[in-house]
Formats: sequence, C-alpha cells, structure tokens
Amino acid sequence: MNGFNVKFGYRDNFLDNLQPIDILYKTRVNIDGCRATINALGLKHKELNDLLRETVQRGSKELVINNVFGQRYIGTRLYLPSEDKLYIEVNKFPGNDLGTFLNGHRIVVQGNAQDGVGNTMDSGEIIVHGRAGDVTAMSMRGGKIFIRDNVGYRTAIHMKEYRDKVPVLVVGGTAQDFLGEYMAGGMVLLLGLNLQEGEPHRAHYIGTGMHGGVIYLRGYVSEHQLGKEVGVRPLDDQDKENIDCYVREYCNHFGGNPEEILNGSFQKLVPVSLRPYGQIYAY
Amino acid sequence: MQSYLLSEFIVERREDRCIHCRVCERQCANEVHLYDAELDRFFSSEKDCVGCQRCVTLCPTDALYVRPRLEDYRPNSSWTRDKMQNLKKQAATGGVVLTGSGNDKPFRVYWDHLLLNASQVTNPSIDPLREPMELQTFLGRKPDTLKIEFSDGKAKLGSELYPNVMLQIPLVFSAMSLGAISYPAFKSLAMAAKEAGVLFNTGEGGLPVEMRDEYADCAIVQCASGRFGVDLDYLNCARIIEIKIGQGAKPGIGGHLPGEKVSDYIAQTRMIPRGTDALSPAPQHDIYSIEDLSMLIYALKEATNYTKPVSVKIAAVHNVAAIASGIVRAGADIVAIDGIRGGTGAAPLATRDNVGIPMELALASVDKRLRDEGIRNKCSVIAAGGIRSSADAIKAIALGADAVYIGTAALVAMGCTLCQKCYTGKCNWGICTQNPFLTKRLNPELTSQRLLNLLRGWGHEIQEMLGGLGVNAIESLRANREHLRGVGLEEWELNVLGVKGAGE
Amino acid sequence: MLVQQYYQNERFVPDKEMDACGLFGVMHTGGVRFGGQMAIDAIKNMKVRGSGLGGGFAIYGLYPKYKDHYALHIIYQDKNMAAKKVVEAFLKKHFYVVFDEEIPTNPDIHLFAPPLAWRYFVAPQKGSAEENIPDDEYVISKVMHLNSHIDDAYVFSSGKDVGVFKGVGFPEEIADYFMLDKLYEGYIWTVHSRFPTNTPGWWGGAHPLSILDWTVVHNGEISSYGSNRRFLEMHNYYCTLHTDTEVLAYAVDLLMRRQELPIEVVAKIFAPPMWEAIRQMNDNDKELYTALRMTYAPLLMNGPFTVIVAHHNEMIGLTDRIRLRPITAGAKGDLVFLSSEEAAIRAVCPDLELAWTPPGGEPVVVRLNTRDHLQSLNKSI
Repeated sequence: MNGFNVKFGYRDNFLDNLQPIDILYKTRVNIDGCRATINALGLKHKELNDLLRETVQRGSKELVINNVFGQRYIGTRLYLPSEDKLYIEVNKFPGNDLGTFLNGHRIVVQGNAQDGVGNTMDSGEIIVHGRAGDVTAMSMRGGKIFIRDNVGYRTAIHMKEYRDKVPVLVVGGTAQDFLGEYMAGGMVLLLGLNLQEGEPHRAHYIGTGMHGGVIYLRGYVSEHQLGKEVGVRPLDDQDKENIDCYVREYCNHFGGNPEEILNGSFQKLVPVSLRPYGQIYAY
Repeated sequence: MQSYLLSEFIVERREDRCIHCRVCERQCANEVHLYDAELDRFFSSEKDCVGCQRCVTLCPTDALYVRPRLEDYRPNSSWTRDKMQNLKKQAATGGVVLTGSGNDKPFRVYWDHLLLNASQVTNPSIDPLREPMELQTFLGRKPDTLKIEFSDGKAKLGSELYPNVMLQIPLVFSAMSLGAISYPAFKSLAMAAKEAGVLFNTGEGGLPVEMRDEYADCAIVQCASGRFGVDLDYLNCARIIEIKIGQGAKPGIGGHLPGEKVSDYIAQTRMIPRGTDALSPAPQHDIYSIEDLSMLIYALKEATNYTKPVSVKIAAVHNVAAIASGIVRAGADIVAIDGIRGGTGAAPLATRDNVGIPMELALASVDKRLRDEGIRNKCSVIAAGGIRSSADAIKAIALGADAVYIGTAALVAMGCTLCQKCYTGKCNWGICTQNPFLTKRLNPELTSQRLLNLLRGWGHEIQEMLGGLGVNAIESLRANREHLRGVGLEEWELNVLGVKGAGE
Repeated sequence: MLVQQYYQNERFVPDKEMDACGLFGVMHTGGVRFGGQMAIDAIKNMKVRGSGLGGGFAIYGLYPKYKDHYALHIIYQDKNMAAKKVVEAFLKKHFYVVFDEEIPTNPDIHLFAPPLAWRYFVAPQKGSAEENIPDDEYVISKVMHLNSHIDDAYVFSSGKDVGVFKGVGFPEEIADYFMLDKLYEGYIWTVHSRFPTNTPGWWGGAHPLSILDWTVVHNGEISSYGSNRRFLEMHNYYCTLHTDTEVLAYAVDLLMRRQELPIEVVAKIFAPPMWEAIRQMNDNDKELYTALRMTYAPLLMNGPFTVIVAHHNEMIGLTDRIRLRPITAGAKGDLVFLSSEEAAIRAVCPDLELAWTPPGGEPVVVRLNTRDHLQSLNKSI
C-alpha cells in the first residue's frame, strides 16, 4: 500500500505520551490543608484524572482545578473506598462527560460545560455557572444538577429514579429539542429566565416517549412542541412545594429573586401512560 | 377482533396410554390441555399451543404428540403459511409482529460448508486424553512488544500489561439479562460459568447485589442504551464491561421489557420503579459516532481505574469490518460480533428475519481487516450468534475468533425447545418468564449442572479435534484458515471467508 | 477509470468511509489575514476526537500574489514521477502554468507514506470547442479528469487564492509537516481531525475535501450516501475519494455555484425541517419548504453530521436536522469561530465574547464584512 514494509498500525489518542503521576503531582498541585489547587493547563484527560485521584488519595478533600480546557470525565475516577464526599471546583471549561457515573461528590463549574454533564450519574451535585451542552443528565439516577443558563439537545434523556433516589435537574434558561425524551423518572425544572416576555421555549418533541417523572416548565410552550406521550396537568400543592424549594436553591447558587421567578406561570408535564409502547405489538 | 388465525400445532393424545394424571394440564401455561372432571376427559385448545413440548416431555406414559400443522392452506411457494398467518395477525391487531429466539430462515449456514483438517502421516495427531491439550485463552488487548529487563542474567518483565481475563475454555455465555430470562436461569449460567472457569454475561438488566460476592468475578456486565442498574459498584465488581451497541437478532433497534415483567426484584436490579416499561433506546444517546464510542469506552475505563477490559458488542452488518476497525481504534479491548442468527427474547419479526449478515462472513472480514491494518493484537474478537456445536465453535476460532459466545445453545441445554414465544412471558420451561409458578421449575443446582456438562462436552470435543489437527494449544488454530476448506460455496463466499475450496 | 468501473458494475463501487471527527474553523470577518496557530492549537485540544488517521487544513487568502490564478495542489502517491509527468503534460495542454513548485515540507517530521506534493498556479487554456465553457466549469472538468483518470495523482484543491494541506497523521503533525504556522497566512482557516473507520494510509481521504474554492470538513456519517451519490452522478459528479464527505462538497457546488442558491436555502435542503414542522408554517413557507423537500429529496443528508463549508468570503457551519453531532460558534470582535467543542475555542481565545449553539439544521453563516453570523444567535442556546 505504501511502499514501506510497515502497516499504519495504531495511534493511541488517549494514552500516548502520558506524564508519570509523581511528576505531575510535583509540578501541578499546591496543597493548602485539605484543599488542593491543580493546574490543568494542557493536561490530557487521563493525566488530569490520574492527578485528581492521586491528590484525593493523599488526603485532599477540596480540589480546585484551574485552566481546564476540555478535559473529560472530571469526577468519574473518584470512586474510592472512603465515604468522604469531595468538593471539586472547575475553572473554567470542562470537557465532555463531566461527572459521568458521579458518586456523591459535589462539582462546581465556573464556566460553560459541554456535552454529557452528569451522564448516568448516581448521586452528588453538579452546579454549572454557565450553560451545558447536549444530553445533560442523560440516564441520571440520583443527585442534583443545576445549570444557570441553557442546555442543548436531549436533556434529561432517559432520566430515571429508584426508591429514594430521585434525580433533579434545574435549568435556568431554555432547552433545545427532545427535552425529557424517554424520561422514566426524576424531575426537570426549566425556568426560561432568559426568554423574552411571551417567547416560547425553544425545545420541540418535549417528553417524547416519556413514561415516568415530571417536567415543570416556567413560561410558554405550544401544544405542537410537546411529544405525544405527555400531558399538561395543573400543579397541585406538592408540585408547588417542589418548585418553590428548587427555585430557591437555584437562586442560592446563582443569585436572582426567587419570588419574582415563582410569580411566573408554571406548567407540569407528566406522561400519559407508564407503558407508552404497550399497544404497538401483535402477540 | 377475531384473528382468523389457524392453529400452529396439532395436539394428539393417545387415549389408550393416557392415565389422566393431569401433568400436561398443570405444566401448560398456555392452557392448552383442559380436563373436564365430570366427563373424565381432556379437551385441548390447539390454537393456544406454541409447540414447546413441555407436556410431551413430561408425560409419564408418552401419550402426547404435538406436531406442527403445516399444510392446511393451499401450498404456495410465495405466500407461505407463516406469511399468511402474520398478515392475519396484523389485520386483527395493527401491531408489529413479535418473535423470539434467532432467525429461522434458510440462509446459508456457513459452518455446514466448512470442513476441518486432520493430521495424516506428515505430522502426528495428538491424543488429548493422555497428552496436554490447552484451551486456555486470554481476552483483552495485547501489547506490540514487551520490555524485558536483564539483571544478573535473569530476564524480568519490564512492561505493564493491559488488563486481560483468562478463560479455561474459549466459550462464554452470551448476554441474557435478568428480566429477559428468569432468576434461576440467570443464576444457573453464573454458577456454571464459575465452575467451568469461563464467563457469563449479565446483559443489560443489572447484576443482583447478593450475587456479586460469588459471581461478579466471572461476570461480563453490560452498559447498554438503557443504562439499567449501571453504577460504579456494578462496573467495578465485574471482570469485563461490555458496551452493547447492537444485537444480531435485531440490529439497529432497542428493546422494551414490558412493565408487567418488571417485578420488585427486576426493578431492584435494574434500579427503576416497579411496573414501568424498561425501554432500551435504539442507540446509546451519548454515542452517535465513533468518537463518541471512544468517549464512552474511556468513561468506563476511567470509572474502573483502567483495571477492566472494555468490550464492544455489535451486530454483524454490512460495513462490519470497517466498524470493527473503528471500534478498536476507539480503544476497545474486545470486539464481539453477533451474527444474524443470534437469539433474542423479543424482536420484531421483520427485523429479526431481514436485517444483518451471517456471522461467519462478518467474522472472516473483521479478522482480515484488523490484520490488514496491523491492529488485530489490540483486541480480542468474540463471535456470537448461531454457534450450535463445538464444531461451529472451533471453526469460528479457525476463522479468527478468540472465543465464542453461546446463548441459544445454553438455553437449549436448560430445556428450551426454540418455540420462539419468549416474548409472551409464558415459558413453560421456566427460562424466559417471570411468573414464579413457572420459574420454580428450574432448579439452579441441576440446571447449572446441565450447562456445565455442555461446556465439558464441548471442551472435550474441541480438544479431540485440535489433537486431530496435530496442535496442542488453541492459539495454534486461531485464525489458522489453512485448517479449513469450503464445500459447496461460491467463489465470492470463499473469498470473503478467506478459505480454499476442498481439494485446492 | 474509476468512473467507468462504476458504470460497469455497481457491485465494485468502493465502500464509503465513515468519518467521525473534530472540526474547527476561524474567520476574520474584516478579511485580515492571520497565521495558523489558533487553528492548530484548537484542533490539538480536541485530539481524542481523531485517531491520527488524517488531518488537514484549508486556508483562504493564501496566495495573494497569484490570486487571479487557479492554485492546484496535486499529490503524487508513492512519489510516483511517472504520474507527475502525465499530469504535467495534461496541464501543459489545457492550462497556462505560470508558476509551479514543490510544496515545502519539514524534513524533520516523519509522517506515514508521504506523497510528493506540488502546487501549480494556472490559467485555463481552452481549445476552440471549449471557448464558451465558463472558466470554473472548465477547471472542474479537468480536475475530475485528473482525479479519475490518472493513477496515483490527486488534486487536493483547485481554487483561487485557497489551498488545502492534508495527510495521514494528527492535524498538528500535518501542520508541522507543511510548516503551516510559519509559512502561511489566511483570513479563513478550517481544520479537521479524522477518526475514520477505513483505509489508513490514504492521503486523499483526509479532509478538507475541496472543489474549486469550496472546501468541506465533516464530522459524522451520511447514511443517505448511496442516494446522494447516485443523484450527483446524474449531474456529472463522480465520487472518487471513497468518503461520504465528497457528496457534500459536490452537492454544495451543484446547488450554490451552478444553481446559485443561497446558503440559507441550501442548508434547508441538506437538513430540511420535519414535515411536522412544515405543517406549522404559514402558507408561504409551507409552499416553499414542501417544494424544496420534493425537488431536492435526493440531497437530504440523512444521518449524523456537522460540516464546516467554506469558500471565498464565507464560512458556514451546519448540523443535521436533529443535531446528532455537536457544533459551537463563538465570536470575539471580528473573529468568528466554529468548533466541535466549546473548550477548544476557549483554549485559543480565552476572552471570547459570545458562544452559542444553533439548533439542528440551522446554519451559522459567517460573511466577510457583515455580522450575518449573529442571525443564528437568537434561535440558539
């Protein structure tokens, strides 16, 4: 093929030329009590996560990661025997799959996040002072995610719940299409704070295939934006309590006047059936 | 609406043998046999019979015969009986026609057109009963080279290896989830795998927490589109993590475990509320492209601190070789390829019978492609879908597989008769059902013994054939197509398989 | 030859490749030329989106000295000098070649099987029967001829004042190999990092794909490739590079250059609204979109894709209609960015003023001396 007696072979885009952990630890980490400040500039995904794990294993409980530009899986490899839950601050722009499979830790992002925030997250908290990309909170089973601004496509897709684990996603802005697709449990609260008066939410196909959980929308959507499997219901007292609680929590994180937000009109979307596709088969 | 369907089976009872013990009545969840005590007589409702042969097998006096009823419509090669039956079924319901187990259409079974070699004169065959015959196999990524350090004249390994998993026999039980199959069936697979030193695959229904201590060490756990039961405990307890992209019986589509099958126990293992449909979307919604697959592969490696091989299972489809190459480059340690005859608990008939390609061809082209690109050592290849015997398995290994998945064969060992009604939840053999009355028919102690017997039998047969070939380690047959010849195949088929015709 | 083979037997049409990738594009809307550092650093930031099997750059405003001449970048596989002879004889016959040289490369960078890369600055030299053919059409037909009739010779780019540099390797290696950061400036840079599932070692399969001054970089798989390809063949475009991105490049040429449709419409041909959405439109739009979907059904690009299409004065980002692939746009002053990941933009422009993500099928159109790119802003998140 090429005139040489060699094959192209394999280039390892993830694992080639990784720096050893002790060198990284020596050069990138500043320890101050239980707080570690980490410089992530130019680090590969695995290098940064090696470093986070090492730092935690050496006893740090608070991690402040600076100069993050696109590093993935932050928080994922911090599944450690210790029961301690960590506080992780990300400055500023984490890569995809932030907090994937997250297990109890708390991550605060001081900028925009990308796709896959809280993918299959089990417990813990992710707070994004900015926006988030596509498939935010996908298959999330527990914990809480707060996004200050907008979210992308397929947010909360296939979100679930299980016994006492009821995941919560609060989005300050609006969402793009397929919000809550296949949703099987949990709660999504979409506040629409950055929409103009009377401007509808951006998403179409909201709740398509939804068969569990609830979506609360503040603001306006037209009928044709909704999936076939959801129905609009009036709020009951429990709903109001939920909304009240999480709007206040949102304002605690990002500021804003909860009363003003709560004054808006809220809608509740729930699945019309727990078995949306029970009738499509011939037995 | 009345369906106009004809019965699929004829149920005959030889009254001279029947002792009215009513076993048949109790055994049939489809309520085919009805005993009228007043008349002291059995009636049969043939239209409900699925031909599972449970009653026939258990009848103490051999009084029952259940036979397919094939010839009631006027014979027609185009409008066959099953085509007409399906039309009538759909006209009555407007639904998608469902089916279970693997493709039963007469596509060429390439295994039956491939023949193995044996030693004669020029090299000796080996007697496996008395001489070593090694089947031990490692699944996972292999390095290009090893660093060896010498000190004091002693060689010492200087490189770190990628995680690999050892199998005593190159056979692995295919993914069958708890929920699709019953708990005793699931547990039987786990017990047999543990005993035989092989692996079983949990499918995407999770792994019950109380089974983890004992069986996680021989479990492949799946991370599929539904992400049921997937958390860090689940991922970290297993030996191998498998990303399920596709299934040979239904490439490109997802699955619905209907809410009525989601019992407390199933709900707990899948970590979802009881009674809701467990919907597995068609794609994994964080994978729309090969670099997204890479993202999930490394997410799983991150989640397990790079201690487990990650497998990616795909259905055999048209571009399978190119896709497999992409999967390896995306970081997978194992590629599993499931062919068109792979089984399923439920799939639309149209998809099962019409989508995908035979695994033999797919396997041959994948192995060739990975070698052409110089990356075959970067992954292990597991072949799945329609491996019926040890001979099929050994031919798959000669075509290039590292190991094979066996699913349907294991089910048959447990009692399954391929009635294809898995989706009804009324499996009289207690395998594919959640009805406690039916599942208790399966005793894991006994059933796992059957599975173990199967593995042992196949293992011995593989050893015999290997010995006949004159090799005493399975790796000497792997991708050794010199030991295969085709018969009755066309030129292009031989080309794709990369084997010579018999006599060539 | 390839073309004839197609007609002899469709069975032997080579399998298309499927690419999945990282994309990045940056344009100065004031037309100011700048070096390649931003593009190189940004794509490097998204290294894991590629597998080292291909990378490439397209640069606009590249050859101001020869901006009235077609710049042909031609590679000779295996440094095949016989092919070079045939090509040069062909060029001599059909063009005035005003200047040619080997494209300089860095001898210290070792890539996989590098071909010989040469550039020719040419003007059409038409025969008497060809006088009425417009220049662009003429050049395209000659380029198609070269690509499909001469083994081991491939035209990487053929536009005026634009060039494509690409090859097998990670994009930053390609940049080093051609010394892009040192030797060149342009007002648009688009770059691609490739993760193909096919044929390693094939330089022609790398992106950008180009025809005249149109270049395309693409992430995703066009599942409708077969339908698109056979439709384009009807219009004399033949796919010779075995990659699905090629159909996009040709479709853009057909619709935008030959049929003179604006990009806003072309975007709606590639990624049309759902019929459900069309039903919600007013009568005028309903008629328009119905007509577009009926007429151009074979050019619906189905399956996941993000593309960055560029030509003179314009850079366009577009995703498929249900946004199965990512794109983020960003702006700071006159600089406008398009990228697969936001972090890559942030890495090269930490003080970004705006970042936004348009919905599926909604183009981000960046035009010289306008703020047109902001039109997509209010539909975005």
